[in-house]
Amino acid sequence: MDAKYITPFIQSIQNVFATMLQLQVTVQEPRVKQGASCTYDVSGIIGLSGDVAGSVVLSFPTGAAERVASLFTGMELTADSDDFTDAIGELVNMVSGGAKGMFKDRSVSISCPSVVTGKDHKIASPKDVPCIVIPCDTDCGELAIEIMIDDRKSATEAAAAAALRA
Amino acid sequence: MKILLVDDSKTMRNIQKSILTQLGYTQLEEACDGQDALSKVGAFGPELLLVDWNMPNMDGLTFVKEFRKTDKTTPIIMVTTESERSRVVEAIKAGVNNYVVKPFTPDVLSQRITETLGKVAAA
Repeated sequence: MDAKYITPFIQSIQNVFATMLQLQVTVQEPRVKQGASCTYDVSGIIGLSGDVAGSVVLSFPTGAAERVASLFTGMELTADSDDFTDAIGELVNMVSGGAKGMFKDRSVSISCPSVVTGKDHKIASPKDVPCIVIPCDTDCGELAIEIMIDDRKSATEAAAAAALRA
Repeated sequence: MKILLVDDSKTMRNIQKSILTQLGYTQLEEACDGQDALSKVGAFGPELLLVDWNMPNMDGLTFVKEFRKTDKTTPIIMVTTESERSRVVEAIKAGVNNYVVKPFTPDVLSQRITETLGKVAAA
């Protein structure tokens, strides 16, 4: 996956967490994910469509997710609280929205967020689309951004160029 | 001043309510999507609306277009993650008066509200 799709997510999560949570996010080296299980137990998920298609997952260990959601809402929340999934969903919404706004020459729509919890849960993705994991550290604990992006516009342009050469 | 908050995230509505209450606005009503908002505007009679873009059932842009068919003047501020210039232009064309990109600080939301109400009062 092109780095032009990774940097916006790094900048966006740092901006969202600094603005809404006053929380610094330290980012480690992105890597390609092996296997289908999410990195941690709580996943906020957003779908991308348009010139690029795919999904973005904000993956937290339960404890970190509870601390982040509590900080975000100003209320003490646990994973069982009514507002917990809403808070995680809004965070992944803001991170994804901010990132796609930084994509150059790509028109992208984002879905409404959904949140999945549970140990070793899996999120299906197309086999030929790699998942990039960006590990992050915060004072609330570690978390990860998982990005699966298929640049459809680029594929279409490449196919058109090949057809013209033929 | 009556303000209608339209956002599918309860967390976001609570954040906005907290900021607005601190600014002295206490007549607040909530809607969880565009359809819900359309069903509430008649009875509530908002004097300002804060509207999210991406929502289930009816998104914010569709709501604004529907609302503007019968109400050309009540100010609307779109509060959304949609930050691309083309989206802002689309929203303004649909009848939005001002625009706040999420994430935002209380100061930014407060400033946009003051700015929007000032322009409406001067018109």
